Order: sequence, then structure tokens, then C-alpha cells
Amino acid sequence: MSDFTSNFWNYYIVILTVLGLIFCIWLLVAVGKREGAKASDPSHVWDGDLTELNNQLPGWWRWLFWVVLIFSIGYLIYYPGLGAFKGIGGWTQIGQFNQEMNDLDAKTKPMYDSYLAMGVADLSKNQKAMGTAENIFLNNCARCHGSDARGTTGFPSLRSGAWSWGGEPAEIEQSITEGRTGVMTPMADAVGGPEGVKAVVAYMRSISNLDHDMAMIAQGEKLFADNCAACHGADGKGMKEIGAPNLTDSVWIHGGTPKAMEAVVVKGLNSDLKDGDFAMPAQKDVLSKGQIHLLTAYVWGMTHK
Amino acid sequence: MNNASTNETAPKKQSLFAKRRKLYVRFAQGIFQNWRVALVILSQVLFFGLPWLNWGDRQALLFDLPARKFYLFGVVLWPQDFIYLTALLLIGAYSLFLFTAVAGRLWCGYACPQTVYTELLMWIERAVEGNRNARMKLDAAPWSAQKIGRKFLKHLLWVIIALWTGVSFVGYFTPIRELVTRLPFGVSGWSLFWMLFYGGLIYFLTGWMREQVCKFMCPYARFQSAMFDRDTMIITYDTARGEPRGPRGRQVDLKEAQLGHCVDCGLCVQVCPTGIDIRNGLQYECIGCAACIDSCEEVMKKMNYPQGLIRYTTENAMTSGYSKKEMWRRVFRFRTLIYSAILLAIIVAIAVSLSLRNPLKVDVLRDYGMMAREASPGVIENVYQVEIINTDEHAHQFIIEVTGLPGIDVGELEQPVTIDGASNRKIPLAARFKLPDDGWKAGVYPVVFTVRAKDDDALRREEKSTFMVPNN
Repeated sequence: MSDFTSNFWNYYIVILTVLGLIFCIWLLVAVGKREGAKASDPSHVWDGDLTELNNQLPGWWRWLFWVVLIFSIGYLIYYPGLGAFKGIGGWTQIGQFNQEMNDLDAKTKPMYDSYLAMGVADLSKNQKAMGTAENIFLNNCARCHGSDARGTTGFPSLRSGAWSWGGEPAEIEQSITEGRTGVMTPMADAVGGPEGVKAVVAYMRSISNLDHDMAMIAQGEKLFADNCAACHGADGKGMKEIGAPNLTDSVWIHGGTPKAMEAVVVKGLNSDLKDGDFAMPAQKDVLSKGQIHLLTAYVWGMTHK
Repeated sequence: MNNASTNETAPKKQSLFAKRRKLYVRFAQGIFQNWRVALVILSQVLFFGLPWLNWGDRQALLFDLPARKFYLFGVVLWPQDFIYLTALLLIGAYSLFLFTAVAGRLWCGYACPQTVYTELLMWIERAVEGNRNARMKLDAAPWSAQKIGRKFLKHLLWVIIALWTGVSFVGYFTPIRELVTRLPFGVSGWSLFWMLFYGGLIYFLTGWMREQVCKFMCPYARFQSAMFDRDTMIITYDTARGEPRGPRGRQVDLKEAQLGHCVDCGLCVQVCPTGIDIRNGLQYECIGCAACIDSCEEVMKKMNYPQGLIRYTTENAMTSGYSKKEMWRRVFRFRTLIYSAILLAIIVAIAVSLSLRNPLKVDVLRDYGMMAREASPGVIENVYQVEIINTDEHAHQFIIEVTGLPGIDVGELEQPVTIDGASNRKIPLAARFKLPDDGWKAGVYPVVFTVRAKDDDALRREEKSTFMVPNN
């Protein structure tokens, strides 16, 4: 990948740098050949005895300049610096970053290995491990799930006890590692327009003990059985294999008001990214196995004191 | 190839680069030399001794750079306490202004490490190679076993002192008691580097380079001259009294012989560590060590002349013939009083600040993923990370409270929160506000988080933040 938008800038920098170096070498050779001290123009005399002379540069100074020059030539050959030339040393910024990350991983590996050998239940009782896990959580998860892991509209709470994708350690680990994207198609047409949407919502509210319009339940129940039960189950308790949430509890990830529920039925979720993307991103490329294991124990421990 | 011309043998070529003339500094004795010896001993006892002091179960003075913790006896400073370093630098700067305005380059002459270690290494040189004359003779003599032996012994002692200085220096940054057990090759690469680097500096700068450092390398040496004025006490040769100079017997009548008090013995030049002749007046090379005063006073005593042919005096005093009292009155002039006042103010401020310093620091960060949420009907929650930095050396249990809205609390946070000594932790929490029955105006409300230790009333801090109430 080139840093330049056009090759012109590559040559521009190469030519300027090389000319600069050549100029410095010429200058050093030229002043090295200059005559020594010579009493010059008497007008360049101050305070009676301060005379300005065209004098040779001090030897140590010139030698230092040569050393720096040779160093810079070697530098430009070994490291990337001369336009787009990548240097023969193979050094890159990202390479150094990866190297440092690998060093860090190697340093923390014994700690994570000992954690990986522990079960989630034991690990969640280990204060030191959970201190580390809390930091990982705050740095990686808190942005969506909240610092206190109770989430907000659209981002599930991890402390509610409701698990759309399952709450066993292996399932939590899977959710973190591979991410989760629950898809729900827009149902407005399927349930017969606004009236149908209202009826389905009324039925959903009835099975989770929220106030609802009694008159619409019967219609809603039928619509639910025909359109929603395939994923959310006939009893509305959801299906964790596809992340269909339980609709009979008090947990409403996308809002528990009739209006918010109707909006989900109408628009669906993740079927049209224009309205926002509620996917949980996979962390396997961001976090190590050990870190994910720690996080699993931390998240699992929130509801298993 | 570049310096071919300088090697050519053109007959009339003259170079302006004088080779350094090696100085054989004569040892001076007197009141100012005693001061310097006292300061050398004091500073070196402190420098070599301080790392060995313990405070409780740790080193009393330790700058732990990797952990970014700075232990100063009973106090542990964190990077957040950077202001104290600023204050220290300010104290250093104003002390330099003040002392230089009063009596010239006092720092250079008595306290600068370059002077102190040069003095130290010169003592060794004198002990091994003898006094000035013996050293000159030794250097002029052809190489012999005896000469090699003496030179070797001198450099060996120099290197030992320099290396031990390096070890002590590194001992301020890594626990010295453990460090010395791992010497020489068990120490980490960087520790070894700094030992050799610092020790090497001491050896080369004060053993070999000496006055060249002050003359050509040191910026302070040059800009201190800018702090002089006509009422600054500087080391001065009293030309009116001393001239015409010349050798004479002790009984000679000065008027008859038309001589001043200077016997032209040259001692003031021989004792000068920078090799100048103070009788030529104030020169940039003069580091203000007052060795010439000490040496001249002895001669004056022997000759039964009054003291002070070379002395600390001001330019104004010399030209206007002030008495000592008048001169001193002018030394405490507006400028030095202002410097003193500022210096005193900074010292008082830092002392007060250190004594009132709260070892508890708190940061409250709102979650930026969300503004507010309705946890259950009528209950609004805002989420925060409360970072508690316990810079105290002991663990404490902390209680976090929030105020600013009626009935607001920190929700289900498990209290107290234990924070280990000298560590920090971010505590995630949700502040909870139950809306009154008739609702609450939506908006952003200022709230205050209070963090206090259960066992120590002094550990208490309040931190402002905001709480958002959505439409309800």
C-alpha cells in the first residue's frame, strides 16, 4: 500500500532527499578544502579585538557531520523513508505493533493459561481474575452493554437473566467469540397492516402480564400462531438456537412500550440495515481465547452469585 | 579526505584552534575551600546514602518509572502530582536567580556536580600523584613502571568512584538493596546501561574534560552572566590596590618602590580550576570557586598586608568605594527581595499543598454509549465509571454516594468498595433516580459524587458530573 496519492510525490521526496544529502556531502568536502585562518576585512572587527575570520570548521564538528551523514544514508537504505522505498530491513509500523502485542501475549500467556484451565464457575469467584475481566469488559463491551452491563434500548442487559441465545457458559462464550445477529423480518404486511400489528402486540403484552386491550387478544393470538410462533415458539418463550427472545418475560431489549413493540413488529430487526444494525460483533479477532474465557466467567457470574 | 588541507604543510598557516593546555591545579586552602569541602561531603553523603534509607518496608526515596510511582519518604506521588515537579523546577530556577544575583556563580563554584566530582577526583589525583609540582614532573617524565603504576592507580580509583556513582544513580530508580546483589551482570540491560552511562559521564567529564565542560559545553555557565548586575558580588581583584604588581621583599617600602599589594606570585593563577588570571577582571570562564581568594589571603597574611586584595565585592562598590555595610545594603536590593519573595511563596505553597494533599483521587466518567435509560417504570438510570485512585499505601474501603436530585442513589452498587494501596480501579455503577408521581422536567442536572473512606475521614473527595432525565 502506498502512502502517496500519485507517484509524483514519491519522486518529489526521493529527489529532494538525495539532492539534500549530495549537497551536504559537497558542502563538507568544500569547507574541508578551505584555507585556514586568514586575517580578513578589517571592517569585521568589534570592540577592538573581536575579529571575524573565514575559518575552518572545527574538526570534531565536521567528523560528527560525516558520521550523521553516513548514518542517515544507512538509515534510508535499511528503513522505509526514501519516498515509497520500503527499506531492506523489512521494518513496518504495523509489524512493530504486532511484535509488541506478541511480546505482551507471551508475557501474559502463563496467567491466561492458568485461567483457561479453570472452569467458568470457579473463575467467576476468583477476585483477581474478575478484576482483570472487569477491565477487559470496560474497554471492549461497556460501549454498548453499558459500564454496569445493564445495557440500554437496543443493547441487551447482561444482568437481566434473560438470554436470547442461551445463558450457559458455552453459549455465552460462543456469543462473544463469533458474535450474534438475530434477524426478524418486517411483519406488518404478514399480520395484515396496522390493525394486525396492534392485535399481535396486545397478545404479546397479555402473555407477559402487561396491560393490554382485551378485545384484540383473540385476533392477536391467531396472528401470533400463524406468523410469530415459528421462531418465538407457540408459547412465546423464544428459541435460543436462532436468538428469538422470550416474549413472556419482562425484558424488552428494544423497549417495552406498545409503541416500541409495534415498531419492532413493523420494521423487523437487522433485515434492513438502514434502520440500524443490532448485531453483536464477533470478538475472536479482537480478544484472545483467554480473554474471552475470562469475560465469559465475568458475564456468567453476574447472574450466578 | 575532507581534512586534507589541515594536514598540508603550508608554511604560514596558522590555526585558530588552540589545543587544550592541561591544567595542574594547585590545591588552595582557606575559608571558601572549606565551604566547598563541606558541600562536597554533604552532597555526596546525601547522594550515596539516601537510596539506602528505608521507610517502612520499602526504599524511602524511589522513583519507580515503570509503575509511575514516586516514593518520597511518607509520600507517594503519582503522575497526577506532576505539579510538584514543576514547583521543584521553579524553586531551582528562582534559587539560581537569587543566588546568582547576590553573589554570582555560587552554584558553579560550590554545588554543581561538575565542580563537586572534579574536586573529588582531584583529591584522589593529589593523593596518588602528589601536589602540583609532582604531577607536572610525573607527566614530563618518561614512562616508567612507577609512572604507569601511579597513573593506573589513579584511574582505577576514579573508575571505582564513577561506577559507584552510576550504581547509586540507578539505585534511585530501582531498589538498590536488590540491585547490588545482582551486580554486575544480573541487572537488567537498561540498568547496566545507565550505570555505565552515568558513571562514564562522571569519569570523562570530571576526570578528563574538567574546565572544558564549564567553558564550552555548559549553557548555565553562560547565561548566569546575564543575571549579574552592578550590585552582584563577584570575585574581584582590587586593581587600584594591587597595581603596579611585582615581586618584593617583605620589608620593602611600597611608596618608595612604587608597588601595589600584588606580589605577582602567580598563586591565584595556579589554583584556578579554569586556568584564568583573575587579575584580568571578570571573565566568562570564572566559575566563582574563590580558590584565588583563598590563595591570595594566605600571601597577604604572610606579607602583613590587609586582607581582601582578591575578594567578593560588587562593581558598584569598587567604582564608588562603598564600605562593606553599604555594599551589603545594596546587595539586598529590590531585585533580590523580589526573587526571595517569589521563592518563599513557592516554597510555602508547595509545603502547604503537600501537607493538605489528598491521597484520594476520583474521576467520574459518564458512559457515552447512552444518555439515560428507564430501568423500570418511573426509574431513570444514568451509567458512570467512577475511577477511584487510592495513592495511599494502604488499602481502604470506600463508600460512593451521589447527590443533586431528590432521592438519587447509586442503585445496586455493592458497597463498600475495597481499593488496594497505591492502586486504582474503575467502578461501574448506575445512578438511580425515581421520578416523583407528577414527573420531573427533562434536562441535564448537575450531580455530585462523593467518595469517602470508611476508616479515614481525611480520604474524601467530591467530583461533579451530570445526570440526564429524559422526557417523561
